[in-house]
Amino acid sequence: MKVRLTALVLVVVVIAVVALTTGDDPVPLATLFGGGDAADRLVVGMLRLPRLLAGLFVGAALGAGGAVFQSVSRNPLGSPDIVGFDIGAATSALLVLLVWHGSAVALGAVAGGVGTALLVYLLAMRRGVRGHRLILVGIGIAAMLSSVNAFVLTRADVTDAQSAAVWLTGSLNGREWTDIRPILLALPVLLPLALWLGRDLRMLELGDDTARALGVGAERTRLAAIVVGVGMTAVATACAGPVTFVALAAPQVARRLTRVTGPNVLPAALTGAALLTGADLAARRLLLPVGVLTGVFGGIYLAFLLRRAA
Amino acid sequence: MRIGGLLVGVGVLVLVALASLAVGAKAIPPATVWHELLRYDGSADGVVIRSLRVPRTLLGLAVGAALGLAGALMQALTRNPLADPGILGVNAGAAAASVAAIGLLGVADPAGYLWFALAGAAIATVLVSALGRSSPARLVLAGAAVSAALGSFVAGLTLVSQNAFDAYRFWAVGTLAGRPLSVLAATGPVLLLGAVLAIALGRPLNVLALGEDTGHALGARPGRTRVLGIVAVTLLCGAATAAVGPIGFVGLAVPHIARLVAGPDQRWLLPYSAVLAAILLLGADILGRVLARPGELQVGIVTAFLGAPILIMLAHRRRLAVR
Amino acid sequence: MTRLHGVDLTIGYERRTVVHGVDIAVPDGEFTVIVGANGSGKSTLLRGLARLLRPTGGAVYLDGQQIRSLPSREVARRLGLLPQGPVAPDGITVVDLVGRGRYPHQRRLRPPSHADRIAVSDAMAATGVTDLADRHVDELSGGQRQRVWLAMALAQQTPIMLLDEPTTFLDIAHQVDILELCADLREHHGRTLVVVLHDLNHACRYATHLVALCNGLIVAEGPPHKIVTSELVADVFGLRCRVIADPESGAPLVIPSRRPLRQ
Repeated sequence: MKVRLTALVLVVVVIAVVALTTGDDPVPLATLFGGGDAADRLVVGMLRLPRLLAGLFVGAALGAGGAVFQSVSRNPLGSPDIVGFDIGAATSALLVLLVWHGSAVALGAVAGGVGTALLVYLLAMRRGVRGHRLILVGIGIAAMLSSVNAFVLTRADVTDAQSAAVWLTGSLNGREWTDIRPILLALPVLLPLALWLGRDLRMLELGDDTARALGVGAERTRLAAIVVGVGMTAVATACAGPVTFVALAAPQVARRLTRVTGPNVLPAALTGAALLTGADLAARRLLLPVGVLTGVFGGIYLAFLLRRAA
Repeated sequence: MRIGGLLVGVGVLVLVALASLAVGAKAIPPATVWHELLRYDGSADGVVIRSLRVPRTLLGLAVGAALGLAGALMQALTRNPLADPGILGVNAGAAAASVAAIGLLGVADPAGYLWFALAGAAIATVLVSALGRSSPARLVLAGAAVSAALGSFVAGLTLVSQNAFDAYRFWAVGTLAGRPLSVLAATGPVLLLGAVLAIALGRPLNVLALGEDTGHALGARPGRTRVLGIVAVTLLCGAATAAVGPIGFVGLAVPHIARLVAGPDQRWLLPYSAVLAAILLLGADILGRVLARPGELQVGIVTAFLGAPILIMLAHRRRLAVR
Repeated sequence: MTRLHGVDLTIGYERRTVVHGVDIAVPDGEFTVIVGANGSGKSTLLRGLARLLRPTGGAVYLDGQQIRSLPSREVARRLGLLPQGPVAPDGITVVDLVGRGRYPHQRRLRPPSHADRIAVSDAMAATGVTDLADRHVDELSGGQRQRVWLAMALAQQTPIMLLDEPTTFLDIAHQVDILELCADLREHHGRTLVVVLHDLNHACRYATHLVALCNGLIVAEGPPHKIVTSELVADVFGLRCRVIADPESGAPLVIPSRRPLRQ
């Protein structure tokens, strides 16, 4: 396990270096260590570094959030979307952009996402939240909001709608230091919390009865996990929009790479970071938002892993 | 008793269909509707009825029934009450193929990219079934992976081509409007084939519900039933989505409601699902026309808003038909 | 002495009461077996004692305190449970699963200790699953899986152990192995056991204290040789039988009559 983790870290480092030194303006490696000329250092420091950090932190947050959700829901498809977070974030973002023509998109998105998650949790609540009830309510609310989104997109002017759709796919374009400050502050708090919860979540996977017999508070752990999971997804979405698929694929890929059971928060976070920053390298070349590529890369890689293990 | 219920259902369906002919931007009284159906006299009302509303109503009937059948089949095949035909990647495949047709090949007319959508749905389903062959958990993951990849393809293409985006955003809502009779003519046979196959699977599905081992022991062939079932779902859902775009909920919620009346016997559950789903879809369409007069609210949106409270109520029922 | 006992316990699910005002004292250091017909409330009572179910009436006491007021982890160090139908996560190995039984004893940030490792290997040796250590639990047979779960409960190393039908799926040789293991735990390690068994003859042979439930009420309790009579069996199970002394152990042996009485 340690070997694989180190390998993952190395992959991330390599991608980071490539991200910082290549692009329209190739920059010598020495720049990263303080050498090179001022113009190069500007490019790295003002443009590429914030974008890279955004990719790393958002990827890690999504990977860890996905791992937590999949563990809690005991379902490999578990993602914050079971509580309708992504779709709620999308709906409020669309409303902010296309209906109110405002600019606080990120804030609106997070508010919408959290609000939806709360709504789903409350609606599913009846003497504690049972697994399939949460999923059903989540599906219901998600579909409702999804149709609202489709509707809003048809009502707006086509150019406006198209640029709103860019945000919906998830993008790291033009992310600067001010954009990434929230996640730089929040993730170092939330990620350790998720790691902490990881142990209790491992016990929860044995079933509520066995977990309780071993001294784990089932409902309490579940709630804490959902809160932390939503929190991480929220800061990630505030930074990059609802990036497709990373939260779903990263934990699954991490599990197949490390072959360990349990939520595996750390490997999932590293995999998420690698996936997102790697996809962003291609996104910059192809001038597409990164969300397009995470879907394609993540989907293909997951399919490949499924095929191999069949 | 159950046959009685079914007849009542069909009766309600006929009423709803007639209502669908009568309601719209211009309300036409039922008497006129009846008159025009029997003897076309070229009046303005007659034109509206014959060339707009009849095709629309028929399409709604066909698509509704198809989605209901597909949903019931899917839940029976996976023995999972939360299964929705979309997990096989049908919607994603249809969308990707449609967008490709519009954006890359310049096909503009719904009856044109219809065939692409159907092909796309079929290819996606085959891919997902192949990847997810060994277990239901794998199937679901495979569906998610393929849907994500295709979804990204759609996102990418629509962000690059405004034409494709414009056509896609209207397709993505799921609507019965603007679909000429040619669409029904093209998808009708496919839907019919799927429906016949579905109904024929009634008894094998009953046996499948008892589990693989018991099924084998009773001389059924679970493997074959499953393959045929997936073929039927692909035909039904693929054609329906190709014709009118993705419509959610109907496949997921209706079989649960149908089960309340028909019980778990698939030979009754399937026809009930078809009839109830058709009623739901047409009803939603009518509602959409009424609520947003003189414009209309697309049927895909109305079904979502009708379906969500239903699902939430179902979620709180004490005994859901869980495995 | 009874560390674990329940007073006036009424336990049920949603709208159905299964156990009606039962007083049960689990004698320390004894092998208590709860028997009864299907639906008589055996598992419900056990789960109530294990604090998995909240009684609607009465309370369960552990070491003199209400079990509900104790922190769950503390209870988990004194009371171990093997539930019916436990769930194994996908792809988990035997040694990993048994290791999870050490959770109540482990501190959060420390890796598994030497004591943990010993507990795990002892538990696996006692249940005969050491050879299966690296296998995936979901590949094992029903009997092997049951033994692995028992090993997990053993690794928890609690003075009191509650086992809900631990001999399901096992062939007779393994059933006897498990029961002998339980008897050994009691005799040589001083553990208190409460086991729900559906096989009455096994219960008679191994229990030192038998509790017979019928419709959520205790109709008899005590050492098997004192309470097991054909009248009791008829009352509790609706079965006509003869009761003789088992030639091996002297315990009561229930022999059903040719035409059983059905209630």
